[in-house]
Amino acid sequence: MEIYGTKLNSRLFLGTAQYPSPKVLCAAIAASSSEVITVSLRRETSEGTGTGFWQMLQETGARILPNTAGCHTVQEAVTTAQMAREIFDTDWIKLEVIGHADSLQPDVFGLVEAARILSEDGFKVFPYTTEDLIVGERLLQAGCDVLMPWGAPIGSGQGLRNPDGLQAMRAHFPDTPLIVDAGIGRPSDATQAMELGMDAVLLNTAVAKAGDPVKMASAMAQAVTAGQMGYQADPMPRRDMAVPSTPVLGLAEFA
Amino acid sequence: MKITLNAETREIQATTLDAAMRELGLTSQALATALNGAFVSRAKRAATPLNEGDRIEVLAPMQGG
Repeated sequence: MEIYGTKLNSRLFLGTAQYPSPKVLCAAIAASSSEVITVSLRRETSEGTGTGFWQMLQETGARILPNTAGCHTVQEAVTTAQMAREIFDTDWIKLEVIGHADSLQPDVFGLVEAARILSEDGFKVFPYTTEDLIVGERLLQAGCDVLMPWGAPIGSGQGLRNPDGLQAMRAHFPDTPLIVDAGIGRPSDATQAMELGMDAVLLNTAVAKAGDPVKMASAMAQAVTAGQMGYQADPMPRRDMAVPSTPVLGLAEFA
Repeated sequence: MKITLNAETREIQATTLDAAMRELGLTSQALATALNGAFVSRAKRAATPLNEGDRIEVLAPMQGG
């Protein structure tokens, strides 16, 4: 898979929040085989904990994808992205412009505007969006080369709420990398996303809040691989009725 | 003068953003700054004057999804 000119072997992007400890976080990153991990920016504390965290992440060797989580306006998102670019020394940005504090649903109007401003400023924008096709078109027009539709509300672990919508996105944007971002709860959710033809999956809470985050990270990696191979293998069509798989010809008659 | 640093009121002697950072002990390289809502790059802090009531945001790397 290639995104913004960068080749990636792993199709699992992993978030770094909510782990029981830094040690578990690092072990989970390794177990996931993820090459891209997401991070954020928050106010510096008197303890200066951000510097140590950043050094630890650099040692993982993973590529950093900073986010603008918690930003509710275009101005907040743009300023946060600019600050992230300087600290993390990357022009990649996972753009979130949140429209509602409870649902954390993207404000797609602000998202498109912020994506345009940041793309013109040289950023490589990964927009957290809905499955709306026209919003997707506007984001591509704004300069995005990748779309990140939600699977379900952030942190909900509900799985894919609208698989038909994601399938429609795949059909509508055959050549655009599509990454399901948010809502994945179980390995089967990740597999389903990949079977629908998504190019990658970004998740955090499903691993961080599992009873065994490291084992779940490994499970998610295998689930993503299985789903992607399944998609490439072109699954059989579903049938309404049973069709015997064992040949009927030559069946003995005992009656 | 009084400024606001990460939503806390602080009294400082410094008159530029760069000097204020040093005065406030914010010397890590892994920090980014914004003044009154607008990003100020590391290179421009020394040439960025501060005024009474300015709002400074200093952000650091943090876990994120």
